[in-house]
Amino acid sequence: MYPKDLKYTEQHEWVRVDGNQATVGITHFAQDQLGAIVGVGLPDEEADMEKGSELADLDSMKTADQIFAPVSGKIVKVNTALDTQPELLNEDPYGEGWVAVIEMTNLKELDHLMSADEYEAHVAKEAGE
Amino acid sequence: MSMPLIFEKSKPGRKAYSLPELDVPKNESPDLLPDWAIRKQNASLPEISEVDLVRHYTELSRRNFGVDQGFYPLGSCTMKYNPKVNEDVAALSGFNNIHPYQPEELVQGALQLMYEFGRDLCEISGMHEASLQPAAGAHGELTGLMLIRAYHESRGEGKKRTKVIVPDSAHGTNPASAAFCGYRVVEVKSDEQGGVNLDSLREVISDDVAALMLTNPNTLGLFDENVTEIAEIVHNAGGLLYYDGANMNAIVGVVRPGDMGFDVLHYNVHKTFSTPHGGGGPGCGAIAVKKILAPFLPVPVVDKQGDLYTLNYDRPQSIGMVKGFYGNFNVMVKGFAYIRSLGAEGLRRVAETAVLNANYIMRRLEKYYNLPYDRHCKHEFVIDASRQLQYGVHTNDIAKALLDLGFHAPTVYFPLIVREAMMIEPTETESKETLDAFIEAMIEIAQLAETSPEKLQTAPHNTVVGRLDDVTAARRPILRWTPPEE
Repeated sequence: MYPKDLKYTEQHEWVRVDGNQATVGITHFAQDQLGAIVGVGLPDEEADMEKGSELADLDSMKTADQIFAPVSGKIVKVNTALDTQPELLNEDPYGEGWVAVIEMTNLKELDHLMSADEYEAHVAKEAGE
Repeated sequence: MSMPLIFEKSKPGRKAYSLPELDVPKNESPDLLPDWAIRKQNASLPEISEVDLVRHYTELSRRNFGVDQGFYPLGSCTMKYNPKVNEDVAALSGFNNIHPYQPEELVQGALQLMYEFGRDLCEISGMHEASLQPAAGAHGELTGLMLIRAYHESRGEGKKRTKVIVPDSAHGTNPASAAFCGYRVVEVKSDEQGGVNLDSLREVISDDVAALMLTNPNTLGLFDENVTEIAEIVHNAGGLLYYDGANMNAIVGVVRPGDMGFDVLHYNVHKTFSTPHGGGGPGCGAIAVKKILAPFLPVPVVDKQGDLYTLNYDRPQSIGMVKGFYGNFNVMVKGFAYIRSLGAEGLRRVAETAVLNANYIMRRLEKYYNLPYDRHCKHEFVIDASRQLQYGVHTNDIAKALLDLGFHAPTVYFPLIVREAMMIEPTETESKETLDAFIEAMIEIAQLAETSPEKLQTAPHNTVVGRLDDVTAARRPILRWTPPEE
């Protein structure tokens, strides 16, 4: 449920690192908590993101939520398929449900992200509350 | 059980109107309008006889559910019964057949009503001046925040104060209004009692905070007992306090936001003061403020000079108008009728009875449903479906099952800080028999969850349509009817 090659945030985003490019999405736990996602507000390509700023917003049948940028940088790619198929976030959160690719400006920020094992422990704690 | 649309009932040549002969010369000159604006074919409107038209809409209205038909415990929305005397007063010709362009001297009665309504709203909230312009609660929030911004700007602190603090138990529109007004929203968490965590508040408070927005009682239906301490913390940092009046029904006539330390509030006149709502308006989100914010209120303000009521536009520091003309006047008339027919003692009994009714239901349901915050509630309370989850029954299933039993469902999945939340607000007008019937229905559902959960998972069974595929409806909505291909 939590691929080992990804890094994770406390707010349930995942990051796949390839050189200075970071692909960002939401985790299986996040999509499960949100329930059926029915709408996504995507950022603009070329936009500059600061770590922690709002990257996208999500509407689900239960609630509305935001995705925050896990790293700083420029957005170089946006998954516009989500505009018409928000269900990809539920069905394939680590694959076709990716949200955006950020060209990172500060690789050191990656050090603050969690490993799959750390994230799993974090989720277990949160689910237990 | 589905009904044909009015378009599907259409038959060529039928009509439900008869217009008099044209009594001016007919002019079909093509020069009257540019070519692109001239219709080339008739609009495809439904053609139907008068009796079928009346039956169509009467049938539709019978499938509606409103508070005049049954119990409507929608938390945070205060779907109280709207006394019919409000309608009588609003229908008076002097209120109903006037025009906003009429000169002041011909609408003195209307202006007097607005003036006195504003004074009443100030007295009830402990504030000094009011504006009746905002058309709804969130509009009132935005207006209130614009006043706060104008206040800070007038003191040369407009650029410095960029943040608005909103607790996670606030009314859902608060963060949206703050963001819309250009502020950065900072969230503070609730403590175990459901109130604002004072330590978290102290951590985020500083001289860049413009305001704190508080809903008290909050969306858990709980009164924050630390409110005066919260006010002190925010005021000491130079920030102002915004009171969201969505839950005024719990405190009206008992305690006043102005006395708690708030600087501005909005009312949901359409909730607390019983005017019809829930269909998108019209509403009235009147605001009331302390003296420090009064210079910035929207123009015009209704003033009294001697025996004359006037619309005062001479307020140089005003943020300007926030609504065409003067707001939704008809809603003001109904709210005013409600306040004056109940009087001060009656309003206090509204709050007391609303709170008593909510606590009565909560305590009778606690054996069957989990109570995430086990304290006396105010006018509403939150339960959750955590005990029912083991049988595969979610809050949504409970809400759908209530429809089968003849009740409007409560608010579900809100507030967000409680998982599988269900928020119940009975209001003051319901008899003990109605409350008991609702309680029995909820108990029956709790028992069904254990014995035959599938009945709940497939509910509703007795409604015009059964369980709808709301996910597909949200993802791939069909927004208009298309005529069949001929």
